[in-house]
Amino acid sequence: MSDKSNKTIDIVHAGLARRHRKERWFRRMGVAALSVGILFLLFLFVTIFGNGWSAFQHAQVRLQIELSTSVLGSPETTSNDELRRADYGRLIRDALLDYFPEVDSRRERRAVSGLVSSGAVYQLRDMVVSRPQLIGEVIDVWLVADDEVDMLVKGYIDRTLDESERRISNEELGWIDKLVADGRLDLRLNRTFLVSGDSRDPEMAGILGAATGSLLALVVTMVLAFPIGVAAAVYLEEFAPRSRLTDLIEVNINNLAAVPSIVFGLLGLAVLINFVGMPRSAPVVGGVVLALMTLPTIIIASRASLQSVPPSIREAALGMGASRTQAVTHHVLPLAMPGVLTGAILGMARALGETAPLLMIGMVAFVVDIPGGFSDPSTALPVQIFLWADSPERAFVEKTSAAIMVLLVFLLLMNLLAVYLRRKFERRW
Amino acid sequence: MQTGTLLIVLATLAALTYVGGRARALALVAGNPRQLYSLPVHYGVLAALWASLPAVALLLGWTGLEDRIVMGKVWTELPAQYQAMTSDERDLARAELLNVAAGVAPSSDPAITDGAARLVEMKARSKQLRGLLALAVGLLGAAIGIMVLRPNLSARTRVETVFRFFLMACASIAILTTVGIVLSVLFEALRFFQSVPITEFLFGLEWSPQTAIRADQVGSSGSFGAVPLFVGTLLISLIAMLVAVPIGLMSAIYLSEYAAPGVRSVAKPLLEVLAGIPTVVYGFFAALTVAPMLREWGSVLGLDVASESALAAGLVMGVMIIPFISSLSDDVINAVPQAMRDGAFALGATQSETVRNVVIPAALPGIVGGVLLGMSRAVGETMIVVMAAGLAANLTLNPLESVTTITVQIVTLLVGDQEFDSPKTLAAFALGLMLFVVTLILNIIALRIVRRYREIYE
Repeated sequence: MSDKSNKTIDIVHAGLARRHRKERWFRRMGVAALSVGILFLLFLFVTIFGNGWSAFQHAQVRLQIELSTSVLGSPETTSNDELRRADYGRLIRDALLDYFPEVDSRRERRAVSGLVSSGAVYQLRDMVVSRPQLIGEVIDVWLVADDEVDMLVKGYIDRTLDESERRISNEELGWIDKLVADGRLDLRLNRTFLVSGDSRDPEMAGILGAATGSLLALVVTMVLAFPIGVAAAVYLEEFAPRSRLTDLIEVNINNLAAVPSIVFGLLGLAVLINFVGMPRSAPVVGGVVLALMTLPTIIIASRASLQSVPPSIREAALGMGASRTQAVTHHVLPLAMPGVLTGAILGMARALGETAPLLMIGMVAFVVDIPGGFSDPSTALPVQIFLWADSPERAFVEKTSAAIMVLLVFLLLMNLLAVYLRRKFERRW
Repeated sequence: MQTGTLLIVLATLAALTYVGGRARALALVAGNPRQLYSLPVHYGVLAALWASLPAVALLLGWTGLEDRIVMGKVWTELPAQYQAMTSDERDLARAELLNVAAGVAPSSDPAITDGAARLVEMKARSKQLRGLLALAVGLLGAAIGIMVLRPNLSARTRVETVFRFFLMACASIAILTTVGIVLSVLFEALRFFQSVPITEFLFGLEWSPQTAIRADQVGSSGSFGAVPLFVGTLLISLIAMLVAVPIGLMSAIYLSEYAAPGVRSVAKPLLEVLAGIPTVVYGFFAALTVAPMLREWGSVLGLDVASESALAAGLVMGVMIIPFISSLSDDVINAVPQAMRDGAFALGATQSETVRNVVIPAALPGIVGGVLLGMSRAVGETMIVVMAAGLAANLTLNPLESVTTITVQIVTLLVGDQEFDSPKTLAAFALGLMLFVVTLILNIIALRIVRRYREIYE
């Protein structure tokens, strides 16, 4: 007897070291898997933020501009309209040529005026139109520099390369160095990026247009998906008889939640645009498509939340003589509301980051103006990211990363709101 | 009247009727609500429903039919040559008519210009008529709603019936959406299969959707064999799953079986952040960082990696799916009863032996379901492949080369200028149909497996 048990324990002991080694390996694999995921996340964030933070500053040139009456006319006689159409480009050019008196050939003159962005004209125009009393004076203003200058100042262009291989010539380098030495070229806060629409010039491009488009689409999504989703969940959870129709609806909702988003885009294109005749590129169409897409998410979350309200609440209400509708609307639904809202916000966050269905319904247009209504052509934040990511200019890389940062901030805020709601109002029964 | 103002007017009318109905119900019983069958609120709501529902229904019906009726009327007034047009020409002429009416572009054809003027005029009249009618119906409804109120009228039951119908209508929108998807994709796909045989689409080995613009053009008749797309989609999804399944599963096992509560409470949300990042961000990252990196590593090893390789898109897509697999596996692993683990420990098994031989086999159906759902997501993922995978339809299994996928082709075919009759655009819908069917099958199988598994332990 004792012989035999000794034998077994020997077998166990013999294998123990090997088994423990295996155990440690298994554990390490688990840690490795987890670290891969988290490291990738860090890598992604570091790359995006490293590329993007510089877009919140951009190079500006401080010029002494004479707002000469010969170009603008005298403030008393010039109408607002004439003031808008005046040749501001000439004012800027003259100021630059005054600053670089050595420049004389035609080619050099062009190169010098290329240091300032083509959008600076509008900057100056808006300033003069809003303060016409400045006309005739010499003013000192910061104007947006060209995107290549911006890239150079930020260190993205290698000065040591051969002249033919970089986008900025030696001559221009000399001018830029002179401006920097005089304190007339510096990185300053990039307001343009936050307050203007898209542009072909990277230095004038902003995200306000896309953000407004996203906001308008999300309003439509919210207005449609939230009430309909909650109503559907209430019906399925509280009223629906167990029937084949109800089963069909349930299976349907679970399947819709896993249908690829691009298919919803095809639906929007074929039904909303081609059949119903809604306008292309409009936030209202985008909102409807996103609403259909988020509906299953909201229904599933709302049902889970309704399920977690204990039956005793319903029974107490019914026992006091309330009808089933009253029991649901007065008691069950208010108690389930935090969970419902959390689900709705998370659904909205997903809708905000969605791109593919919006491509299908034409929200990829190049839109300069900031949309003012639900049927104006517009893009959305993620689509703007997609568009900029496709642009060849180096300066758009940092713009894309910066737009991603803005999008991530919005998503973070929405998720924090959801977490806050859950923490604050969730009840454990 | 504009639709917005009309709706506001109707809403005001409904609110007034609510107040009126409630007051009248109370007046009928001389201010003593106990003699009423239902609460005063219910009488008010019932009256308001009378005032608003018929008017809104009229408004919806009118708006839906208006364009068609007005256009039909204007069309019959056009000269005879327009009546004899073929359907294509008619569509063109109608589009021109609409453009002229909207003031987008003037027309050289006097008949069209006249017609457009008629169109504008009739539309304005129709709007007026609609507003007046809706208002009349609303007022009539309000009057009826207030007049029918009696103390013994079961107002609550009626209001609740309407409420329940509303709930049911909302629930059936899910079905309507599915039907809408199937019909819209199917119709266009069937039109596509009229010009390209379905066998060629499913089994053809060449994909180049450039169709000829002129009839006599050489060399671009367009070929629609979708096999390269299927293979490309499969290749990228496979790479993604090779990344996502081991990492996701091991993370889930570690988090649920090994990790201390503190580690778990930090690591799990971090992993879920990966799921919250928009796919366009992954796409940008894949195209800007991962693809050049792989290319560089490849050249160090002496391999020729395409700048839009399947590997880059697949790797990043795999990372996107990790949290999906890990959270689903986490759920099923946690659902395995503790007694089964305790049994294995009592027999002297180490923790990893327990996991491998007891927990995983018990959780396997759920894990397989999760993997299938992840696969369906990989097949339908769009932005990562649009930004990081190529456009050229290479029929290859080499992950270092560039391949294209179903979703990429849908996007390239449908973004930009399109004419709606060419097989080129219709092909996108045929691809959409394939995508929908494949993901639907994967989802149904996965949901079945998951559900059946759940029933065992609960």
